[in-house]
Amino acid sequence: MNKQLLVNSSPHYRCNDSTMTLMRDVLIALVPVLGGAVIFFGFRALVLTLVSVAFCVAFETLFNWATKRENTVGDLSAVVTGVILAFNLPVVTPYWMVAIGAFFAIVVVKCLFGGLGKNFLNPALAARAFLFSWPTIMTTFTKPLQEMYYDLSFIFGEPMFVNAETEALDSVSGATALMSLKQGIQPEMSLTDLFIGNVPGSIGETSALLILIGFVYLLFRKVITWHIPVCYVGTVALLTFLFPVGNMNNLVYMSYELLSGGLLLGAVFMATDYTTSPLSRLGKVIYAVGCGGLTVLLRTFGDLPEAVSYSILIMNVVALAIDRYLKPRRYGIGGENA
Amino acid sequence: MAFSFRGGIHPDYQKEKTAASVIVSNMPQPEEVVIPLSQHIGVPCEPLVKVGDRVLEGQMIGDCQTGLSAPIHASITGKVKAIEPHWTVTGIKAPGIVIENDGSDEKWEEAPFEGAVTDLSPDEIIAYARNAGIVGMGGAAFPTHAKLRTALDRKVSTVIINGCECEPFITADHRAMVEYPRFIVTGAELIRQCLGVDDVVICVESNKPDALATMRATSDGTGISVLELPTKYPQGGEKQLIRAVTGREVPPGKLPMDIGCAVFNVDTCASLYRAIYKGQPLIKRVVTVSGSAVASPANLLVRIGTAYRDLFKFCGGFTSDPYKIITGGPMMGSAQHSVDIPVVKNTSSLLAFAEDGGEEGFSESDVCIRCGRCMAACPMRLQPTKIYENAVLNRFGECAKLNVQDCIECGCCAYVCPAKLYLVQAMRMAKSQIPRGGVKK
Repeated sequence: MNKQLLVNSSPHYRCNDSTMTLMRDVLIALVPVLGGAVIFFGFRALVLTLVSVAFCVAFETLFNWATKRENTVGDLSAVVTGVILAFNLPVVTPYWMVAIGAFFAIVVVKCLFGGLGKNFLNPALAARAFLFSWPTIMTTFTKPLQEMYYDLSFIFGEPMFVNAETEALDSVSGATALMSLKQGIQPEMSLTDLFIGNVPGSIGETSALLILIGFVYLLFRKVITWHIPVCYVGTVALLTFLFPVGNMNNLVYMSYELLSGGLLLGAVFMATDYTTSPLSRLGKVIYAVGCGGLTVLLRTFGDLPEAVSYSILIMNVVALAIDRYLKPRRYGIGGENA
Repeated sequence: MAFSFRGGIHPDYQKEKTAASVIVSNMPQPEEVVIPLSQHIGVPCEPLVKVGDRVLEGQMIGDCQTGLSAPIHASITGKVKAIEPHWTVTGIKAPGIVIENDGSDEKWEEAPFEGAVTDLSPDEIIAYARNAGIVGMGGAAFPTHAKLRTALDRKVSTVIINGCECEPFITADHRAMVEYPRFIVTGAELIRQCLGVDDVVICVESNKPDALATMRATSDGTGISVLELPTKYPQGGEKQLIRAVTGREVPPGKLPMDIGCAVFNVDTCASLYRAIYKGQPLIKRVVTVSGSAVASPANLLVRIGTAYRDLFKFCGGFTSDPYKIITGGPMMGSAQHSVDIPVVKNTSSLLAFAEDGGEEGFSESDVCIRCGRCMAACPMRLQPTKIYENAVLNRFGECAKLNVQDCIECGCCAYVCPAKLYLVQAMRMAKSQIPRGGVKK
């Protein structure tokens, strides 16, 4: 024995997970969803995602450089924010808007509050809410599988701002299922199309199937627990089953509500964000039920095209209060021997 | 199998390295042993011998009549070379008796008891436990005679025999249960006789099916039950074990006896058996030697006072330079600065980790991402991340409000933390800053 021994206090054993590996697993879980986005909305979906990631990483690097901090992009959290931000945008979103969204998410919402672990809002969702300053663009949901998606001018150009293309876009724009549901009308698309994702919508939110594959992966890798997604979706399911709008069969209405809009993407990938959800399991359940209740309220009575983002953002703020006031039972007091 | 507790973790146990290795009982006698005067919680012993005296294996060489203590015995026959401060497992120098082996087979003779367990009175059993220097061999080294005495006075109703051995790597108790179940079960019967209780439960984790089988077969017909518990760290923690077996929780600041329970380690039972039926004091114990830097990991029957160096040498030495040597398990054991430290009564294992052995994971701290894993893992229902953020700002009053005093330092929170925060260290610091009885809230 030549070397000196390391003497420090216990524990001397740690698991192999790190912030980076957890974020890497989230990215892996998002790959099927990205694949679906490319199939349904063409290569512009991929370019949007890459541009969003590039801007997020660049802004975090710049911020750290400007404020003389160690660069933190290696933890991959900026990459996750970039992917999720892109998944919440329609395929026609211009690239400069993506840059604005990335700036807002990374610099304003995350870095200015102290970086990873300190932000009180989900960066990607806050950026999306901010991008609703351009409501027309943010609600131009085009139908999937269109020929025009393979034109280079569509992929790299700015379709919303070219007259000829705007007209072409109008012809492929489709009402989302949520718009019909709000009026109590059964949507024209089938539940099967909603399940596989063959419907208009933001690029990452349409396919329930691919999101569920990601969910199973995250559970399997123990990145998240079931509590938030199941309680969130469960609350929406219960409320929409009990209080359907219009004359639809309760079960049919409920199924449409569950598969439409950003509910599943939000419940699996956004409401589960570690930093902006409560710490304890009970806290997570309360938070998820709150998300579910707000989603149904805003969808039924609100006038916005999407309720999930705002529900999660509101509950992000409530999460802080939940953590503050929800105290676990002290060991040895109460419980079974009380 | 329904029995368990809230929280806990499933670390990579790595017990397969030694789980099937038969205890090596013919290790060559060491040239020299160092018997520390304090190997227990309580008052250190006074030496009963002088430098130059010849002592026999099994002879009492240190004792203390006042207060909480347990006598010590010579583990080899030879000459007392010195009585001087020596490095110990706690990282400080403490007085120890150095004995030089003279190679003779002579032993201190103590007549074994020949009657039945039921012929012994509680006082007799407690006297045997005291004279043999028996202490809790699972970790805390609390003198067993004192525990028996208090348990008797407090009229406990449930005795739990702890064979969980939930720390990774360690297989000393596991092998003891497989190889000498009779000693353990009779030891449990002795404790039952001493305390006059009906309810005696031997608890074994489900990852030791062979030990469960031998314990069940041996305790058949004795009225002692064997309980299979789920494999989960820290199942062998006193408070977690009591919760799993009885459904009761030890209130903050109280002892297991306050809720009618007393917990004894399986090896402590075996030592009690040896003390009474073989006339042997506690001078040997089983030690698991393992870890990525050890050439051939093994379970060894070791004389108290043998230097770590001799154990590692017997196990084939190191495959590569160890960067860390640990006494006890990797979760709660203590890192050692030297291999010239002697094995004592509660040394259940000796681990040597190689730099690239991958045991510790990467350990550079990041920032808390509020994942909540530490809270889900804490078996004491604490909120480690909140205590951490207050402790690093020296807000110890806040830590007290968050019940940091309840922390058992099991290490579950730090194990699961993806940000690799030094959570247990922060808890220890906060605990040390809070006066006994807590701070004013």
